[in-house]
Amino acid sequence: MNFAVLQFPASNCDQDAVHAARMLGHSARLVWHKDAALGDTDVVIVPGGFSYGDYLRCGAIARFSPVMQAVKQFAENGGLVLGVCNGFQVLTEAGLLPGALIRNRDLQFHCEFVHLQTETTDSPFTNQIPAGKILRLPIAHGEGCYFADDATLAQLAAHDQILWKYCDAGGSPTEAANPNGALQNIAGICNERRNVAGLMPHPERACELMLGSDDGKWVFASIFSALKARPQPAVELA
Amino acid sequence: MKAKIIITPKKAVLDPQGKTVQTALAQMGYTGVVDVHIGKYIEIELAPGTDKAEAQKAVNDAAHKLLSNPVIEDYKLEIE
Repeated sequence: MNFAVLQFPASNCDQDAVHAARMLGHSARLVWHKDAALGDTDVVIVPGGFSYGDYLRCGAIARFSPVMQAVKQFAENGGLVLGVCNGFQVLTEAGLLPGALIRNRDLQFHCEFVHLQTETTDSPFTNQIPAGKILRLPIAHGEGCYFADDATLAQLAAHDQILWKYCDAGGSPTEAANPNGALQNIAGICNERRNVAGLMPHPERACELMLGSDDGKWVFASIFSALKARPQPAVELA
Repeated sequence: MKAKIIITPKKAVLDPQGKTVQTALAQMGYTGVVDVHIGKYIEIELAPGTDKAEAQKAVNDAAHKLLSNPVIEDYKLEIE
């Protein structure tokens, strides 16, 4: 499985994503934001960081990078795209995911572990997560509060697009368990077509117990499983 | 010629910065403050001789696509 990890000026979780993918046995490479083509890719990861210094709005400038045209096309063709943290922000700014990420409710930068409840296993990003398993993943963000208007929130619910919610260790989506004020404790969502997803917590930084948790590997396992299940493209004989 | 864009958070969006400033104003002794919202002000200097109507159209387009996020922000635009 080939991972393409985008690299914008000031992305800082790109190396973590490459490392996690390679450690789990897949091939991964960095794609510079100015590259117009993705190359042979099965999954695109839009990594965490502070692309363009979070100037204007987080992800607002990165979404116009040349590589994002290729990502849009890749997504349109059904390719899998996962945005983590700043990557989630880039995807909402690019219109590939609905809603927006705004400043944390308490105005503080939160760098801590959170618990996540998986709301649906019907997605390429959650299909391997065991029923009832609470994921423990790290967050590190100042603008992670998910916002969408009522109509959009209704759509997300109707189409089963909410992938993860912040919860306590027992799995309840309480206010205390919500680190940033995100509406409905939403930590991650997917698009209607279910091939593009974004989440604020960092699965790529939780694939080794040495780092505090290896629950992130469930997300990678889900992606791998989804890609394995896909019908192979027809090979044209020359 | 200058384009002046004022960007404000939509009413439905949580504005903790605004709330924090409101609290600070109250603590400083100012009364009668009902609400505070924090927005952004952007100035774009345009080349002299630019057609005003075209500038209005172009900056409006830029404001919608880049300068503001229509999901969470409203904007007002003035060219002078």
